[in-house]
Amino acid sequence: MKQKRKITPGAVATAVIVIAIYAAVFISEQFLPPTSMLFTVLKKGATYALVAVSMNLLNGFTGLFSLGQAGFMLIGAYTYAVLTIPVSQRAAVYQYYDGGIIQFALPVIPAIILAGLLAALCALLIGLPVLRLKSDYLAIATLGFAEIMRSIFQWDKLGPLTNGSNMLRLFPTFNDFNIKNADGEVVVYLSTLIPFLISGVCILIIVLLIRSTYGRAFIAIRDDEVAAEAMGINLAHHKRSAFCISSFFAGVGGAMLAMYMNSVQAKSFTSAMTYEILLIVVIGGIGSVTGSCLSSFLFVACSEWWLRFLDQKQVIGGWEVPLLRNGFRLVVFSIIIMIVVLFFRKGIMGDKELWDLFNRKKKKEGAQG
Amino acid sequence: MNMLKVTNLKVSYGGIEALKGISFDVEQGQIVTLIGANGAGKSTTLRAISGLVKPASGSINFMGQDITNLNPQRIVSTGISLVPEGRRVFVNLTVKENLKIGAYLRQDKDEIEETIQDIYRRFPRLKEREWQLAGTLSGGEQQMLAVGRAMMARPKLMMMDEPSLGLAPLVVKDIFSIIRDLKSEGITILLIEQNANAALRCADFGLVLETGRITLTGTGESLLNNEQVKEAYLGAD
Repeated sequence: MKQKRKITPGAVATAVIVIAIYAAVFISEQFLPPTSMLFTVLKKGATYALVAVSMNLLNGFTGLFSLGQAGFMLIGAYTYAVLTIPVSQRAAVYQYYDGGIIQFALPVIPAIILAGLLAALCALLIGLPVLRLKSDYLAIATLGFAEIMRSIFQWDKLGPLTNGSNMLRLFPTFNDFNIKNADGEVVVYLSTLIPFLISGVCILIIVLLIRSTYGRAFIAIRDDEVAAEAMGINLAHHKRSAFCISSFFAGVGGAMLAMYMNSVQAKSFTSAMTYEILLIVVIGGIGSVTGSCLSSFLFVACSEWWLRFLDQKQVIGGWEVPLLRNGFRLVVFSIIIMIVVLFFRKGIMGDKELWDLFNRKKKKEGAQG
Repeated sequence: MNMLKVTNLKVSYGGIEALKGISFDVEQGQIVTLIGANGAGKSTTLRAISGLVKPASGSINFMGQDITNLNPQRIVSTGISLVPEGRRVFVNLTVKENLKIGAYLRQDKDEIEETIQDIYRRFPRLKEREWQLAGTLSGGEQQMLAVGRAMMARPKLMMMDEPSLGLAPLVVKDIFSIIRDLKSEGITILLIEQNANAALRCADFGLVLETGRITLTGTGESLLNNEQVKEAYLGAD
């Protein structure tokens, strides 16, 4: 008997919403000024969404509490940047290292995939010793790994490869995807749609993985390791593969972050970046992919845009609002986070997905009718 | 025929011997029960057979194959399933997904759905709850699910660790009738129970375990009538 996959109304509704969002992104990009904060938020949000979902795969679905995300993003960002700087620009970028040792450039897509693969390879290597650790100890070890990576990439001896502590730049960014005419004027804007496409494809792959037999084993391990092992699930193998897959997508996310920021410098991949992503995962709901996506856009919008006004003097009808000055945004932001953690402990979505919400509504309607 | 042969099995946890060399056989098609107080080593015996703990010495032979040092995956694929103590269903997976995890090592993916339907016929309650998360089931339903999940691997030997623990008396009755049904279908059962009375009533053979040693063996009936067993495990009347 072949198993039939049912297409639920929730899946259809989710697909419709996603397509609508993509269409809206594309259309607004054509008509709104490209310098609008909206696009900054959307680009960074799409990047963070992918990294948050990859972290959720590991922390939420497999139950391995890892804090190495910034380290894997760093590997991804550097791999991408190093491999894509045009040969003609290398002398300018690697000015202290005689143009560096790599004298070729890859197209964008292969470079992004390699960025993910290299991050996954590093995950495989450090996973061998580190994945024997449990809970907090794993978190500490992976956090240490990320810090070590940050130092290694700034190491002067590696300069011909990583440009030492100097930044890498002049590689293709999101803006290079805009289609231009012969005069160099942009005809079709794609710089926001592209990160959405990359993230979207990657997140779709993760969702399909989680819903496969293989992915169900991850959830089984999180729910009960002993029972999972008794069912014949190889714990070591599955933990390792979850760690590598998560790191692969963190690496891809790192490459996207490089494209978003236009330049890469190892010192910006701090543990604070990992915490930001952890925060997104927690706010969105541990174990909810759509929750992570939603909260990543909310988080980025709040931190980069909506709460910016708090950093400047605001005068309302001749009355100057007290306390508002540089840095106050972060105070308000922290308070919002505390409120979320205190009152919405399961995050925005809990462990539900967008399609679950539609399906449940449908069931309720059915019960009434 | 001896399906399972355990010889001089010793298991220690950090220097403390939980099993001090036990030997017993399980005959094909029978229900064999291990009874004993807390800490006697009952669960350890099952964990050692299923490969979740490594024995310090001794051997475990299943259907002519030495499985002493195999990993749990290999042992499950030889045909031994464990229904762990406290049910341990995957609370965040649906009933159906739990069943599918039980078939994780099966290669014949097309026939899995058929086995699921078999299990639904046996436990119609699970069919009703098919799409519910296992965490929302009652204790009895979770136990049914744990048994169903173990059956998904199509075991030849099913080991059950305290299946009646924490269940209402009526549900306990159901569980024991399920165990008898499984036997009538040819599945051999190794059962651990605190509820020695009910276990010995349905068992063909019983073993009494005391602090890591087997102290008494006999048919279920003979142990039920044994004065020592009566006093220690059944409550003197």
